[in-house]
Amino acid sequence: MDIEVLSRVQFAFTASFHYIYPPLSIGLGVMLVVMEGMFLKTGNKTYEIMTRFWIKVFALIFGIGVATGIVMEFEFGTNWATYSRYVGDIFGSALAAEGIFAFALESGFLGLLLFGWNRVSPKVHFFSTVMVALGSMFSAIWIVVANSWQQTPSGFHIVGSGLKVRAEVTDFWAMVFNPSAVDRLSHVLVGAFLAGSFLVLSVHAYYLLKNRHIEISKKAFKLALLVATISGLLQLLTGHNSADGVSKNQPAKLAAFEGHYDSLKVADMYLFGYVNQEKKTVSGLKIPRGLTFLLYQNFTTPVKGLDAFPVNDRPKQINAIFQVYHLMIAIGVAIIALTLLAVFLWWRGKLFKYKWLMAIFSYSVLLPQLGNQMGWFSAEMGRQPWVVYGLLRTSNALSKAVHADQVLFSLILFTLVYTLLFALFIYLLNKKIKHGFDEHDEQPIPEFSKRNNPILN
Amino acid sequence: MQTILGIDYPTWWFLVVGAVFTGYAILDGFDLGAGSLHLFFKKDESRRIALNAIGPVWDGNEVWLVIGGGALFAGFPEVYATIFSAFYIPFMLFLTVLILRAIAIEFRSKESMLWWRKTWDIIYSISSTLIALLLGIVLGNVMQGIPINKDFEYVGGFFNLLNPYALITGVTVVALFMMHGATYLIMKTENRLHAKLRVLAKNTSRFFVISYVALTMATLIYLPQTTEKFRTHPYLFIIPLLTILTIINTRRLLEKGVFFKAFLSSAFTSALLLITVTINLFPNIILSTINPAYNITIYNGSSSQKSLGIMLTIAAIGVPLVAAYTTFVFWTFRGKVKMDETSY
Repeated sequence: MDIEVLSRVQFAFTASFHYIYPPLSIGLGVMLVVMEGMFLKTGNKTYEIMTRFWIKVFALIFGIGVATGIVMEFEFGTNWATYSRYVGDIFGSALAAEGIFAFALESGFLGLLLFGWNRVSPKVHFFSTVMVALGSMFSAIWIVVANSWQQTPSGFHIVGSGLKVRAEVTDFWAMVFNPSAVDRLSHVLVGAFLAGSFLVLSVHAYYLLKNRHIEISKKAFKLALLVATISGLLQLLTGHNSADGVSKNQPAKLAAFEGHYDSLKVADMYLFGYVNQEKKTVSGLKIPRGLTFLLYQNFTTPVKGLDAFPVNDRPKQINAIFQVYHLMIAIGVAIIALTLLAVFLWWRGKLFKYKWLMAIFSYSVLLPQLGNQMGWFSAEMGRQPWVVYGLLRTSNALSKAVHADQVLFSLILFTLVYTLLFALFIYLLNKKIKHGFDEHDEQPIPEFSKRNNPILN
Repeated sequence: MQTILGIDYPTWWFLVVGAVFTGYAILDGFDLGAGSLHLFFKKDESRRIALNAIGPVWDGNEVWLVIGGGALFAGFPEVYATIFSAFYIPFMLFLTVLILRAIAIEFRSKESMLWWRKTWDIIYSISSTLIALLLGIVLGNVMQGIPINKDFEYVGGFFNLLNPYALITGVTVVALFMMHGATYLIMKTENRLHAKLRVLAKNTSRFFVISYVALTMATLIYLPQTTEKFRTHPYLFIIPLLTILTIINTRRLLEKGVFFKAFLSSAFTSALLLITVTINLFPNIILSTINPAYNITIYNGSSSQKSLGIMLTIAAIGVPLVAAYTTFVFWTFRGKVKMDETSY
């Protein structure tokens, strides 16, 4: 098989698998701060039990996030050596900053979060929770900044020639605040808040359905619903800003999102559809002139289409990009509808009255997860054939010293390990959730020796 | 070229990267070593104590590897690209065992079935050892140089990397980490496990001394050119001398029962070994076995002055912060392992 295809599949696979976890830890980090903050403020034991439970879930998620994240950091060098040489001067500083400001903060304080309950004061423990939550967000900041630089490079110049050509930073802050960085970062972070808050919603909806941990679950559900609703609405704004940015900075990508070929035409916006790449047409349900209106607030301005770009400079899989992009939007709309409905029922005092609502919520964790994945697929497939937009092609970014059979070997290896990892993760998460809150957590914690410790027995 | 205190930026960054990897060898070194020793503890409770001794800190220790990787990418992209693509298969295996080890630590305590725990114990111990071995193999190849051409591209095969010299280096790193891990665990344990570890510490330090001697002889035989710097600057012999002294000193302090100092002394052994390697290499980082003109040095392999300047600022702000809260975390969990309901 072709080494470019194999390397792309491997990167997509390892990145997608990795990306199950960081949004959950970022979002859950926020939820933990809210929960433990409520505990400190009210002194209500329920919030402490809630926090302790979710910290254990957080640890499980965080552990796998770290393990799969290190893979990503090494993969640039192993599979994309030419790319690494090209962007090292710029990308490297973002990665180094991520390691030292974000990752170290998270991992350093995680020990206190998990094992520090009996060793530090509640305030110091809360401080650790805040640091872990901040650390996970800082991580997102640097990674998204680096990725955004590849989408919309700025603050650099090109030096050297031939094989020694590379980008060098000229203005650090212009590099950090590249044109798409802020929009994309806010979109990613809010997506992560949704992932975390929906996990909490799902689990507590499940308990409410099963008539377990009623009091605690109602409290937790309401806290998470607040975070989810605000995030859902914010996502409208960040999503709009991101699309607006794409139309300015990466018009070929936006055209691919909507399957828009003809530059002379005003652009429609599809709710769903199918792109016929041969005939260059889209069939489906559309809002006529919708895209033009969203971008220019009128119904007459034409939108740059795919025909404005040479075939070699635009993505190939237009229909696939169209589908993942529209799936992301559909999921976003579903999230907003669901949370608004729940808030409305809360206001009417009927939030926990309907079993069907809790049943929907108990599966709802899949929505933001799928939405986040589809969002990244849109972003990354849509910017092809470039790995650094307009500067370095994906096909030129590979490692010259690596052969296709080696990549095939590692791809099989990762598939096996990640399958095992995912099965174990689901098994243990499910077990933790089924187990619920420990009875002894409901009372003040007794001395170690007097307690019936489940791990020791 | 811009300088700070008369030292140019690439040299500074070389020192930063060296310091980070030394930090990694010292910190993750003890928890990897504890992993290698894990199967020597027979009872479930002993294994739990050993695991909880590294519990609150192992994740933070591993971060140093991530920072090191990022620092290499950022400061010496040519080195990062060359080395990671050259060692493709070893690094893929390394990543696999790194993942397996992390989940073994996390998952072991989640079930109480004997087979579950034993399986994870074995995975944990073997993967800890393999991580050390693979790191050592990479280090051994870096020390003797690899076939890279004028574009800094690796042109050798996979089996070039598995040469006797690299394997001896691999075993030496395993032994070093085991000795270091035993010293750490002695500090954290009591009673019978503690007594057992003191025996283990003796044996692992013998194991280390034997492999260190073997490695030194192999270096003199296979790589006489690397000792050149020591011949032209004889005062450098103080470093190997100090290495041997720290090993003896660790033993002495363990006998005296001053465990924390023994641990520090063991940490110095790791640091001195890495310093020996870096002195040999400087100002090269990757030696080409094809033509010395193709060596990647800190000058032809580094990022721009501008970029290095930015990152030195980042490091100047970041490293003291990390050092401060890492110290705080270690201090919080100081003393013998005390298990509670949050333990593994």
